[in-house]
Formats: sequence, C-alpha cells, structure tokens
Amino acid sequence: MRPFTYDRADAVPAALRAAGSGASSYLAGGTTLLDLMKLDVMRPERVVDITPLASRLGGIEAGPQGLRLGALAHMSAVADDAMVRRDYPVIAESLALAASGQLRNMATLGGNVLQRTRCNYFRDVSYAACNKRRPGSGCSALDGVTRLHAVLGTSEHCIASYPGDFAQALLALDGTVELEGPQGPRRIPFAELHRLPGDTPHLETTLAPGELITGFGVPPLPWARRSVYLKVRDRESYAFAVASAAVALDLDGGRVREARIALGGVATRPWRAREAEAVLAGQVLDEAAAQRAAEAAFRDARTHGDNDFKPELGRRTLVRALFQAQRLGA
Amino acid sequence: MTTQPTPGVVGRRSLLGSGAVSAAAPLLAVAPAAAQPTPILKETAVLDLVLRVNGQEHRLALDPRVTLLDALREELGLTGAKKGCDQGQCGACTVLLDGRRVLSCLTLAARAAGGAVTTIEGLATEDGGLHPMQQAFLDHDAFQCGYCTPGQIMSAIGCVQEGHAGTPDEIREAMSGNLCRCAAYPNIVAAIEQAKPQMAGRRTERG
Ligand SMILES: Cc1cc2nc3c(=O)[nH]c(=O)nc-3n(C[C@H](O)[C@H](O)[C@H](O)COP(=O)(O)OP(=O)(O)OC[C@H]3O[C@@H](n4cnc5c(N)ncnc54)[C@H](O)[C@@H]3O)c2cc1C
Ligand code: SF4
Ligand code: FES
Ligand code: FES
Repeated sequence: MRPFTYDRADAVPAALRAAGSGASSYLAGGTTLLDLMKLDVMRPERVVDITPLASRLGGIEAGPQGLRLGALAHMSAVADDAMVRRDYPVIAESLALAASGQLRNMATLGGNVLQRTRCNYFRDVSYAACNKRRPGSGCSALDGVTRLHAVLGTSEHCIASYPGDFAQALLALDGTVELEGPQGPRRIPFAELHRLPGDTPHLETTLAPGELITGFGVPPLPWARRSVYLKVRDRESYAFAVASAAVALDLDGGRVREARIALGGVATRPWRAREAEAVLAGQVLDEAAAQRAAEAAFRDARTHGDNDFKPELGRRTLVRALFQAQRLGA
Repeated sequence: MTTQPTPGVVGRRSLLGSGAVSAAAPLLAVAPAAAQPTPILKETAVLDLVLRVNGQEHRLALDPRVTLLDALREELGLTGAKKGCDQGQCGACTVLLDGRRVLSCLTLAARAAGGAVTTIEGLATEDGGLHPMQQAFLDHDAFQCGYCTPGQIMSAIGCVQEGHAGTPDEIREAMSGNLCRCAAYPNIVAAIEQAKPQMAGRRTERG
C-alpha cells in the first residue's frame, strides 16, 4: 500500500476541510477503499476517516416525509431494522443479501453506493489496459473473460458491471441523495448519482471532488410494502449478483397501477427498467405480461460471448421477482 | 486523554514514508507530493495510538497503513486472528470491535483505536475456563486443520449476539462470510446451536 496521511473528522465541516486537498478519500467502513488500496487500484494521499460522523449521520428515521437513512448507517443496522423490513422490504433485503455478516457490520450506506466494479481487469493492476483505472489505456475485458460483465449500458470503452445491491432498491423507490460539499448542501435524485461509462468510464458518479454523502431519502410510498429484492448468484450466499431485480408493485386487484423495476448485476450502473414498467402499467400481471415486461427490459442488451446467458437469466429473474411481489400482502 | 480530539489517537510525528531512499534525502520531507506524477516518496506521519485489546490498553506507534490484523499479529503477538486472504473474503481474521464482528484485515488499526477489540485470546477466563462457543467447537469437532477456527468462533459469537442464530438455515446464512477449506460446516452449525442457549445473558464486549 502506498503511504497516505490519516485524518479523522468528527464533524462535517472538518471532513470537508480535510478532504479539500487533491487526492483524498473518505474512509467509512473501508471495505472497498482499503481493499483497493492494497491492490494499488486506489491511491489516495490523504485518507479522511469519517466514522465518527456516525453519531450524527447514522440514523434511520421514518416520518411523513418518508424514510431517511444516514450515510454512515451500517448495512446490518438497516437490514435488521423492523420498520424498514416491514415498510420497505426491498431495501432490507438488498442489504441482507449483500456481502457477509462481518462486512455488513463494517460497511456504510454511503460507501455502499460508491463501491467499485468487481471487473477482474480493473482490480488487477498487472493488466495495463483498463480505461476505468487508466483513462485511455483500453479495455482488457473486451477480449477477456466477460462472464460477469454488463449487458446494459455498456460502451466500447468499458463493459464493467455495477456490483452493488442496495442501489437498485433506492433507484426503484425514487430515492434521493443528500450531499454536503465545499459549495454547500444539495440533494439530487439517486438516479443522477451514477454515470454511464460512455467514453469516460473513470468518471463513475456526478459527485464534485470532496463532496460528502450525508444521507438518503425515500419518499413516502405505502405500497413499497409490496416490494422484493431477488438476487441470483453463483452460490446461495456471500456472492455478488449475476442478475438481480428490485421490484415494487402498486396493485388494484389483479391489475398493475404502477410498477417500479431496477436491475442489478447486468448493467454498468444501477439500472431503472422504465420500459418494463410502462409495459406493465394498467395490465393484469400474468405470465404473458411479465414476459413482455422482461423482454422490454433487455431489448437493448449487448452481450460479449461469455455473458450471452445474461439477458435470459435477467429476464427470468425479473419475471420471478414480479410474481414474488404480487404474492405479498401489502 | 481528555484533551485529545481523536479518541485513541494520541499524537503523530513526522517521518519519511516507505520510499527506498536513504535517510540522507532531507528534501523529501518538504517536497510537495502533488508536483510528482506518481509520488512514491512523501511525508507520512506515524500515529501514536492506543489499542484496547482483550481489556488491556496498548500504546503503539504505527504507520497509518497498518491494519488491525497486522497490529494484533505483528505488534502485539496475538496470532489467533489469521490472515487468510487479506482482502475481506475469507473471514479468518474476524474479531469483535465493540462487541460486533468485523474483519480486521480491512480495518485500519488507527480506525480501531478508541474502540474495544476482542480476539480469540480474550475469550477464556484467567483460569482457562473456555467460552461456551470454544467448548462447543471442541465438543462438535467443528474444525479439522483449525486455520479458520478463531475467525469462525469470533464470528459465531457475533452471529449469536446479533440474534441471527435462530435456525440452522439462519446460522448458515449468517456464517457465510467464514470459509472453511476443511468443510467443517455441519459441525460448526451444530456447535453454534449448542452454545447459543449457554450464551444467554452473556455479552462479549471486551475481554
Ligand atoms: C468479499 C466482499 C463481498 C461483497 N459482496 C457484496 C455484495 O454481495 N453486494 C454488495 O452490494 N456489496 C458487496 N460488497 C461490497 C461492500 O458492500 C462495499 O465494499 C461496502 O458497502 C462499501 O462501504 P464502506 O462503508 O466500507 O465504504 P468505504 O470502503 O469506506 O468507501 C467506499 C468509497 O466510497 C467513498 N465514501 C464512503 N463514504 C462516503 C460518503 N459518506 N461520502 C462520500 N464518499 C464516501 C470512499 O472514499 C470510497 O471511495 C462486498 C465486499 C467484499 C469485500
Ligand atoms: S470493463 Fe471497464 S473496468 Fe473492466 S477492464 Fe474494461 S475498462 Fe476496465
Ligand atoms: S484475512 Fe480478512 S477476510 Fe480473509
Ligand atoms: S478447519 Fe481447516 S479451514 Fe476450517
């Protein structure tokens, strides 16, 4: 690991000040940052430990404004929260099915949404070509092993998949991100946090340098009780999604008033499947309608050989998730 | 300690980083790292910190890069926590930090300063009486080579304390972050089921 200066911030202004200079990184749970620093993929010169902010930014609150989750809340705390499990099951499930017990105790929501891709060529610096790691160097995955790579939102410069789970839940529920930066506070739709790779895959988010995530908001949505996170992976536990679906359904008898769908494991960023949502609106949710929605979600999929199976796996995952949500009592 | 803004971190002093340059390069201490494209040599600070492990306080001067796992093993001689992968993937390095199971390989020692660390060495009583989870692992032969065992036991205690040991299925899910190459899994689940009721009312917070 390269040398760095360690700082600990116990208030937001102190954190912003400490991170103000050049190559600095906030340290929350460290489960992405330290891992990638050991691999020499991330190279901050200053590490600003923000874990003391948990006393102010670690809360889980529900009210008429909806749900508010502090950026420093641990994955495990939110996954185990009785209110979140009852009113926003898709959030609790996306967190409970992620990583391991130890990692969920360490990792925070803010760090979680900013986790980096698991593309092996990104994580292994002995591969010279990786546009995400070294802009302009090429992409080793394009003629490498692509089994876990994305089929939606790819570009000729990067096909790495976004690996997280929680982001899909936030996206499906129209979540927001609260930020504090040198320019003051702002709030953006969660849908605007992550970028498509395009020709700048090294730019993954719309955060300004040094900007701090302070929390997440989810607007009130009574029918979020009818929501699920379905995660399909290579082993039954402790593995990243090969394909996943976050689904929330507003049902009027057998008919869909509104459907919310976000897909994981298959796309370069957290992926909202609005075409699939549109297919379902006003329809009776039966096998044919679910299948049409799934077709719509993957219409633009582009595969790369090893991941040719992914659109079909993704479609089946979505169909199953839709029926799982339908069966829930809301 | 009361005047310290950062709990556990009691001060820092300057020295040269891990660059392969002799001590006769005084300019390095003032060279602005930002001017170099790949700054390998730069000023870093040694952190003076207090680690509280198994009820005992240790004052250490550490490079900021030192993980809790390396501090335990290399500085304090507590080699119970194992380095399996050093990447957060195997669970062999699991310890309790303020009563919650964490991976010491992905925790900076500096970050753990101010908290209470419990390692496998801190479980038994002074007179050698084993923690119910240790005894249960013995009773059920819940290991073969033993390499993963300290991590399994610490994780198992965390799993019970978190309330995730309700059923064998729940135990298997909650323990999935601890890999065992010897595949002692069925016996590990049985051991946790045995120890769980014996742990009622008992909480391992610090040694
Ligand atoms: C073995 C393993 C398996 C995993 N499996 C899964 C899985 O199945 N599903 C899943 O979703 N995830 C999985 N993960 C990823 C894990 O969930 C993330 O590493 C974790 O959530 C990151 O959170 P953290 O608090 O540790 O972040 P850190 O590592 O501390 O930070 C991550 C990044 O975010 C920045 N950052 C952190 N907090 C803030 C903030 N408040 N504001 C601005 N920037 C911030 C940091 O500077 C850094 O760049 C796995 C990780 C490992 C190691
Ligand atoms: S897919 Fe993206 S992250 Fe992976 S090697 Fe190519 S450019 Fe790098
Ligand atoms: S050594 Fe820490 S998880 Fe493997
Ligand atoms: S007992 Fe050998 S690895 Fe678990």
